Amino acid sequence: MNTDALKDLLYRLADDQLILGHRNSEWNGLGPILEEDIAFSSMAQDKLGHSLQLYTLLHQLGEAEPDTVAFTRNAPQFHCAQLVELPIGEYDFSLIRHFLYDHAEILRFEALSHSSYEPLAQVARKLKGELKYHTLHANTWIKQLGSSTEEAIERLQNSLNYTLPYALGLFEKTAAEDDVISEGIFVGEDEIRARWQENITKLLSQTALNLPDLTTLTPVYGGRFGEHTEYLQPLLDEMAEVFRVDPTAEW
Amino acid sequence: MYGSASTHDIPASATTGLENEDPILLAEFEARIARGEKIEPRDWMPALYRKQLIRMIEQHAHSEIIGSLPEGTWITRAPGFRRKMAQMAKVQDEVGHAQLLYSAAETLGKTREQMLSDLINGKSKYSNVFNYPAFTWADSNVISWLIDAGAIVNQMANAKGSYGPYCRALERICAEESFHLKYGHDAVVHLATGTPIQRRMIQEALNRWWPPIMTFFGPSDKMSVHTEILMRWKVKMASNDHCRQQFLDMYVPKIWELGLTVPDAKLRKNEDGVWEFTEPDWEDFKRVINGDGPCNAERLAVRRAAEENGAWVRRALLSPKAKYVKPLA
Repeated sequence: MNTDALKDLLYRLADDQLILGHRNSEWNGLGPILEEDIAFSSMAQDKLGHSLQLYTLLHQLGEAEPDTVAFTRNAPQFHCAQLVELPIGEYDFSLIRHFLYDHAEILRFEALSHSSYEPLAQVARKLKGELKYHTLHANTWIKQLGSSTEEAIERLQNSLNYTLPYALGLFEKTAAEDDVISEGIFVGEDEIRARWQENITKLLSQTALNLPDLTTLTPVYGGRFGEHTEYLQPLLDEMAEVFRVDPTAEW
Repeated sequence: MYGSASTHDIPASATTGLENEDPILLAEFEARIARGEKIEPRDWMPALYRKQLIRMIEQHAHSEIIGSLPEGTWITRAPGFRRKMAQMAKVQDEVGHAQLLYSAAETLGKTREQMLSDLINGKSKYSNVFNYPAFTWADSNVISWLIDAGAIVNQMANAKGSYGPYCRALERICAEESFHLKYGHDAVVHLATGTPIQRRMIQEALNRWWPPIMTFFGPSDKMSVHTEILMRWKVKMASNDHCRQQFLDMYVPKIWELGLTVPDAKLRKNEDGVWEFTEPDWEDFKRVINGDGPCNAERLAVRRAAEENGAWVRRALLSPKAKYVKPLA
């Protein structure tokens, strides 16, 4: 098995979950209703837990301890898509990001549950059950708000237009792409993107929102290669603020 | 998390309206409480009982959401996966407590929207302890351990009160708080037995938080107006001093056990089992509770921003055009 290709894939998956989990946790105290503070916190906890499981797989493949990997790297060493590092902004943006991201993520983990790399397949089988609730949450809110007031529809539409190029960046391919496909580790980005587009099209058609023609959009790439927005390094500095006081200490 | 530090007792003279209550219903109501029965939302109750309970449960709910802010600051800074996930879950519980408590208060006729609006406008209070900042990770750990410990002392007493929905909410809340206590204690133990930097962090945090902790249960019984009627109606279940003594008895030995110093030279237990301590600065307490504390403005500003930024979502949910979406699993 091509271990480097496998590690590349695991880093992409883990970093996406860690950084979006961190962002989702920032909704504490700020949600439009208390129930959303609570929901975003639950999803954040799940995503943190998912990233931990994936970093644990990486550790088993010889990488450093999960805490070291998560809390001591700098932005250029991260493989997350730029979508997940953007600040939480207003609720419409966070909701749209959550909708677009989790629809891709659930397909990824469904596919990975058949991975030829059995430890990853096992983790994926467990995670996809949790992700089901994340898409369920996103769909409920998108359908409800996306068919309500003009104000809400306009906000969601603007956020959708703004976020889609970043969401397409989730499907950026790396040098590992051919290897993970040929070795049966993962079905590959094209396949996930096609199914994702089908699913979000179906969902959005039940609302007053319009999905722009995705072929006219330029995906925001770079994240998978360590090119990030100005927002990632400050996030990482904050995340590691206490840990770095003494990385060898038990906290 | 909650303390009675923000609950000003109604003055002893405030029996306003009681003379207008039906004496037979009132006698029956008091007899039920004396027998240990719970009062339920649809039962008859005096207006004063309703008013006082709304105020108390509402303040408790506000304390939970405002209380989630100082610890919430440390979610994004928690060191390591284990702490990061636990801190998130802990703070999430507090918001969940607010949700439970607003629902309990709503059974008495005041809506959540009205309560939140009164919070933002400064009409209703929350526990004064949250007007102090959590400067470091260690401050957050002290809150998780000792403020939650204080809350448990207070809430265990109130869970034996007379209003059914509030008692049931408190029972569930106490069960969760006891996990917070374990989490907070574990985090404090790690710092207190850790590196010299960690030990210094936790001692400094304890020094900062001790004065607010000592005011957590509210003014001394000598100062607070005795409200016999609230005790008789089982709205107030234990006196401030009683709760404070119980807290000191349970936690000072645990603090000492960790090699930490409590920043009060007078603190000691008498031969008759009563704790002596330096009287907290109640003038300062009043000043902070009336809005002039280190974080009052900031805490309310965060809440106000959340309400304003989220207003469009609530408007959309209430829109007649909105199709109700059932989240089918």
